[in-house]
Amino acid sequence: MSVTNLKLKDQSALRPAAPVIAFTRSVKRASGRPLLARLSAGAANVAPLIVTLSLILIAWQIVCSAPDSSLPSPTRVLEESWELIAHPFYVGQGVDQGLFWHIAASLQRVAIGYALAAVVGIALGALVGQSQLAMRGLDPIFQVLRTVPPLAWLPLSLAAFQDGTPSAIFVIFITAIWPIIINTAVGIRNIPQDYQNVAKVLRLNAFEYFGKIMLPAAAPYIFTGLRIGIGLSWLAIVAAEMLIGGVGIGFFIWDAWNSSLISDIIVALIYVGIVGFFLDRLIALVGRVVTRGTATA
Amino acid sequence: MTKSYLSLELIDKSFERGGVRTEVLKQVSLSVDKGEFISIIGHSGCGKSTLLNIVAGLTQATTGVVLLDGRVADEPGPDRAVVFQNHSLLPWLTVYENVRLGVDKVFGSTKSKAERHEWTMRNLELVQMAHAADKRPSEVSGGMKQRVGIARALAMEPKVLLLDEPFGALDALTRAHLQDQVMQIHAELGNTVLMITHDVDEAVLLSDRIVMMTNGPSARIGEVLAVPLARPRRRIELAADRTYLKCREAVLKFLYERHRFVEAAE
Repeated sequence: MSVTNLKLKDQSALRPAAPVIAFTRSVKRASGRPLLARLSAGAANVAPLIVTLSLILIAWQIVCSAPDSSLPSPTRVLEESWELIAHPFYVGQGVDQGLFWHIAASLQRVAIGYALAAVVGIALGALVGQSQLAMRGLDPIFQVLRTVPPLAWLPLSLAAFQDGTPSAIFVIFITAIWPIIINTAVGIRNIPQDYQNVAKVLRLNAFEYFGKIMLPAAAPYIFTGLRIGIGLSWLAIVAAEMLIGGVGIGFFIWDAWNSSLISDIIVALIYVGIVGFFLDRLIALVGRVVTRGTATA
Repeated sequence: MTKSYLSLELIDKSFERGGVRTEVLKQVSLSVDKGEFISIIGHSGCGKSTLLNIVAGLTQATTGVVLLDGRVADEPGPDRAVVFQNHSLLPWLTVYENVRLGVDKVFGSTKSKAERHEWTMRNLELVQMAHAADKRPSEVSGGMKQRVGIARALAMEPKVLLLDEPFGALDALTRAHLQDQVMQIHAELGNTVLMITHDVDEAVLLSDRIVMMTNGPSARIGEVLAVPLARPRRRIELAADRTYLKCREAVLKFLYERHRFVEAAE
């Protein structure tokens, strides 16, 4: 996790100062160039990806083409799971739903748990970052609790909530909250003395300081935490749903395994990966818009 | 109690770190009249920034007191606006919003929204930055940032304007331009100004009096030099002016003959 953390921080430092302006600039540049040049530039970006994807698919096809292969080849996946791929919005009985609905159910759980984690995490992070006393009292506890694997919380939350869905939401919450707390606290501890002096000279009160100095100054760090948090949430929901059952992409995968539908599992994994990718990009995008000029002082 | 507008009375400041006590300032007293432009000059490490922070209320004096307009000033406040050395603009706000933040805070209850907008723009015009009101600090040059910092401070209508080496990080041409602008603003508004500097020419050009600090630790005011030059002052005419050169020489002699900078033993 610490590696991811570092990487994200690097990226945030390299972020352009004012994306709004960068955005209009890039639009201008794009519209100013002839269509053909734009297409060829786009192709140059995408071509390597297409090549690697093709190589992987070909290798996979060759390795798994034996009739007694334990895993299906790409063509067999297409053949066996065509129903699943072609009808993502299929509505059936109970857990017999199209993949879109499974993903939607998982996303809903993640949304609730993650939103709670963001609110509580930023508040606790602000407290720990701001107060030396709170840090001494709480930080050791955070450091211990954050190492508990997400799924280890599940039995406890099942016992507490007596129901699958709130337990899964709690697992998301408890998984996502630690990086949010820790990054927020670091961000607030790193607010430059200059900004604090400005706040003092202006005599900002506690609320004004929180909204006008603390949050914007710590925003790049907070979004680093939020981005790690969303990734962990998506990791945890699949595992948690395997255990709690019901509609959801995690249980879908488990159900497919129990029914020996290996091709369905592969399709579901591709869905999980792509959704996770877009969640990460979404938070990064929100972060860029919200932090605007903050990243570069 | 003295009758002056701003007075520093027997300021002592010492820091304690790991049981070792370092005296930074010793018995610093200074009286400043309303509308006066005072420079504080000294070698680096002589505690002149600490002195400014004490006046600003950002640092507490160990003993001694700062009186402003007859009242004790021991907390930071907009009546002693600071222009920081590294501009300290908030990067997530536009130039306009940076100034407006202070205007809203100081005049929130006494001026209407429209008046506050107008006042913000007037101060940006004063430093010739109205054209860049909607830019972010990262999009304007260092000199422009410092001008916005000055506008932000001026817009609070401070009783004393505190400048902490405001032009130290700028190139010589930009610095000269900003010095002229500060002189003009001072002539127009008649602010009381306390400026920290290590630039002899800047001190002589801008100040009514130059406060020369001895080297630390235990720095004190070594000498106060009045600069009897008529205003408005023009740097080109002054370059050959006898009074100007004399003042310059006096400061140089103080800094490089009597109080040579010695590397403090750690």
